[in-house]
Amino acid sequence: MSDNGYKSGSNLERVLKAGHFAFTGECGPPKGANVEHLNEKMAPLKGVVDAINVTDNQTAVVRMSSKAASALMVQAGLEPNFQMVCRDRNRIAMQSDILGIHALGIRNMLCLSGDHQKFGNHPEAKNVYDLDSMQLIALAKKMRDEGKFLNDEEIDGPPKLFIGAAANPFADPTEFRVYRLANKIDAGADFIQTQCIYNMPRFREFMKRAVDMGLTERAYILAGVTPMKSAGMAKYMAKFVPGMDVPAELIKRLEGAGKGKMAEEGIKFAIEQIEEFKQMAGVAGVHLMAIEWEHKVPEIAERAGVLPRPVMDPA
Amino acid sequence: MIIADRKPLEEIQEMIKPYDNIMLVGCKGCVTVCNVGGLKEVQILASTLRIARKKEGRPIKIEERMLERQCDPEYIEQLRDVYDQYDAVLSMACGVGPQFLSEAYPEQRFFPTVNTTFMGGAVRHGVWEERCAGCGTCIIHFFDGMCPISRCSKSLQHGPCGGSAAGKCEIAKDVVCVWDLIVRKKTEQGRLEDLRRYWAAKDWRTARDGGPRKSIREELVQ
Repeated sequence: MSDNGYKSGSNLERVLKAGHFAFTGECGPPKGANVEHLNEKMAPLKGVVDAINVTDNQTAVVRMSSKAASALMVQAGLEPNFQMVCRDRNRIAMQSDILGIHALGIRNMLCLSGDHQKFGNHPEAKNVYDLDSMQLIALAKKMRDEGKFLNDEEIDGPPKLFIGAAANPFADPTEFRVYRLANKIDAGADFIQTQCIYNMPRFREFMKRAVDMGLTERAYILAGVTPMKSAGMAKYMAKFVPGMDVPAELIKRLEGAGKGKMAEEGIKFAIEQIEEFKQMAGVAGVHLMAIEWEHKVPEIAERAGVLPRPVMDPA
Repeated sequence: MIIADRKPLEEIQEMIKPYDNIMLVGCKGCVTVCNVGGLKEVQILASTLRIARKKEGRPIKIEERMLERQCDPEYIEQLRDVYDQYDAVLSMACGVGPQFLSEAYPEQRFFPTVNTTFMGGAVRHGVWEERCAGCGTCIIHFFDGMCPISRCSKSLQHGPCGGSAAGKCEIAKDVVCVWDLIVRKKTEQGRLEDLRRYWAAKDWRTARDGGPRKSIREELVQ
């Protein structure tokens, strides 16, 4: 920990440490070098979220690097949560990128395994997986807290990052999910962002176990919310996205709203979720993944009562 | 054992296009057991190629031959008297075969007729599955006899990832999630706590990442 008592001093860390209910957003970099497009996507999030996740070639589709997009965000006065996957880099590139992003002013990093390239637009690619997400978390922590590389050599200027990890309470085998969360926290995760939640009873159960195990005392857990745009989207996610639990009642509810009103119904459900998360023991905030719907985030934030966002003193 | 698949016929036909007199060499090792490069497969491929070439009006002479193994110079040597009597030689062994042949007989041209795929075993008749990645540092006993390095699509040492659903891997519905199996077995046997262990970053030097590998058994080296 640094002199000021913060691990990285990122805005997200300061918001969470002060006990505020955090609200983070997400932005997928463009499929190209189109900076204007990135600016358009991140502009609506300014002042509305505490940090913005910048995805790292999500679904194994090639996009502008999360490092570059995160740096552009810093330049624009926004706070990125840089995502790094284990699919595309070995430990040499990982450590190098961790140093690089810190040098560029990035202070949050989310450590992920990454979607297998078989899904993406370059399925012929060779993958890396030199480290897995657990080892990446531990690596970022070692670099920050011990000031050492993986090989124990000293780092000239250790990167002070607020370290995040993902958790999917709905993937199988269900009974193991809370243990895996515990492992990630043991490895050094400061905060957790969960996979999109639709099955609230299952999530309540997951959180209850996390609280009982004392995990929420050791890491901040942000509940993942992705508003459904239509019943079609809900059906697609239920059927094709691995590890996603979309209850039939939700699909029915969206269909029941009728044509042209499904998006509004999806937003209503998301807002109800956020309201419940605010009260739920152990939940420290919400991670809103409004996929290709960034312009809707201010409205959702407003209606969910999470605005204005706290303005923190610089660390 | 080493598993292989026969190359498509068209690819083999293309290889031997310039030649009229070849030898096709099978192997009695792994490829015989996995029914891809044994005596039967040698005979079938030779007949098929002969018929195809006859149809084209360019008959080809194919000598059929079996070697005990193509990964041992002792057996490779058995071709010393005949190897140069052909325009080219086709090997039905794994990738080791054509290489050992080429090394022993540099003047001759050798072609692979199979694609070597993985180290594994038959899970039922006609179905083989990968079980070993040859990483050089075996840890399967920690995972109740299941190898996450070869069997997890991401070689995760701390699985299962978020893509595990209903016992299947995120990459395809017919791929079993080995981590699901590991967790289930640990749960059944009351040893789930084993999976709270942290595995330090793996040393891949013993795997292919450390460069081509060599095994020297001092007591056998003269």
